[in-house]
Amino acid sequence: MSDAYSGPVTGHVPVLRLGDVLLVTLQGDLHDSTAQQLQQDLAETVSRTGVRGVLIDISGVEIVDSFLGRVLAEIAAQAKLLAARTVVAGMRPAVAITLVELGLTLPGLGTALSTEAGMELLSQQAPSRPGGPRQESP
Amino acid sequence: MPEHEADGQLATPTHEVRDFLHRRREQIAQRWADEPLFRAVFTVSRDEAVEAGKVVVDALTQVADSEQVEDPDSAGFSAVREQLGRMGAARSRAGLSNTQVSSELAALRPPVENLLAADLQQAPPEHLRACSTVLTVLMGTLRLVAMQTALSEWQALSDRQRMQLLEVATPVIRLWDGIVAVPLIGTLDSARSQVVMETLLNAVVEEHARFAILDITGVPTVDSLVAQHLMKTVAAARLMGAECIVSGIRPAIAQTIVHLGLDLDVITRASLADALGYALHQLGADIVKPGAGQR
Repeated sequence: MSDAYSGPVTGHVPVLRLGDVLLVTLQGDLHDSTAQQLQQDLAETVSRTGVRGVLIDISGVEIVDSFLGRVLAEIAAQAKLLAARTVVAGMRPAVAITLVELGLTLPGLGTALSTEAGMELLSQQAPSRPGGPRQESP
Repeated sequence: MPEHEADGQLATPTHEVRDFLHRRREQIAQRWADEPLFRAVFTVSRDEAVEAGKVVVDALTQVADSEQVEDPDSAGFSAVREQLGRMGAARSRAGLSNTQVSSELAALRPPVENLLAADLQQAPPEHLRACSTVLTVLMGTLRLVAMQTALSEWQALSDRQRMQLLEVATPVIRLWDGIVAVPLIGTLDSARSQVVMETLLNAVVEEHARFAILDITGVPTVDSLVAQHLMKTVAAARLMGAECIVSGIRPAIAQTIVHLGLDLDVITRASLADALGYALHQLGADIVKPGAGQR
């Protein structure tokens, strides 16, 4: 792995805990190794803290490849095993088109327009079990 | 051609035709001015038609001089290409089919041939026949040039219209806070669906839309390719956090989709109104009749 340029983050991506939700913000291009590190960190943190949701803000990501798409899908799958729901927020149109053209429609993943909408989505669905009927308003 | 040289005065058929065209320039143009093609295009004055005819005759003379009577790319034709194109366009605007324009062009040949036959009465029959053949080929090439020019103009026109269609046909409408709609009109091909997808996704970002309605009332047929384009757009919108609703599926199209065994994995509604109602309900805003909510 060569670190000739300094732009993208290397090493750990910060994982913030906000109540019942873990918040991850991706900025700029992501190294493959960083993405894998994030996947591992998230699995450990979810298991340790027992949160109900993971929110990944990718509004700062301009380019995705099939690898990052797969990592996102795997994060969602592993979080689901740990009883947490994953939502990706703020995807750019170009990124969405690229993923669709790559055939990665990320079926297990929740999506939201913005971080705020993502938090709302997670707080709505957190108490209900996955696959259950729509939650009734209290 | 030893016997020609023996006569001492006979040139090669091509040069004979060139000299004839040069000599009879005025008469040919006069006769052409009476033909339907010239009469119909130059309606204002006959002199104008004669002038236009002379230009064409000059071009033919130049082509005969270069001895490339079979070559439509011959330099002589370049001068009249635009004029021929204009004449062809004028005739097709008047409602004539390509075949009719072509036969009108063919009608320009007999008057010239009659003049040639009259001019070469004294010449040996085989020389007349050779000259007449050259003239026929030359006029055939002229016809080819005219049709080529007309065709390329039609091509340019259709290209222009295709571009206009791409620009015009994809408006994104904001129906409500957080609800956008795209009325799709006409057949969806790859290029158009790409434009639709991009404009829709940009609108989703700009309007913070949670719902995007794709209305396909104006799409004449849905085959597996169109369905695939639709599903791509739906999937991309979903990735961005917006939900897509496909509306305006006519009964015939519903039948086609079922017959083709296509799996439209998306929320569908019969009409745009139903789709809007559904989206509003999901946003927590129901439509109520005035007074009904007061009780």
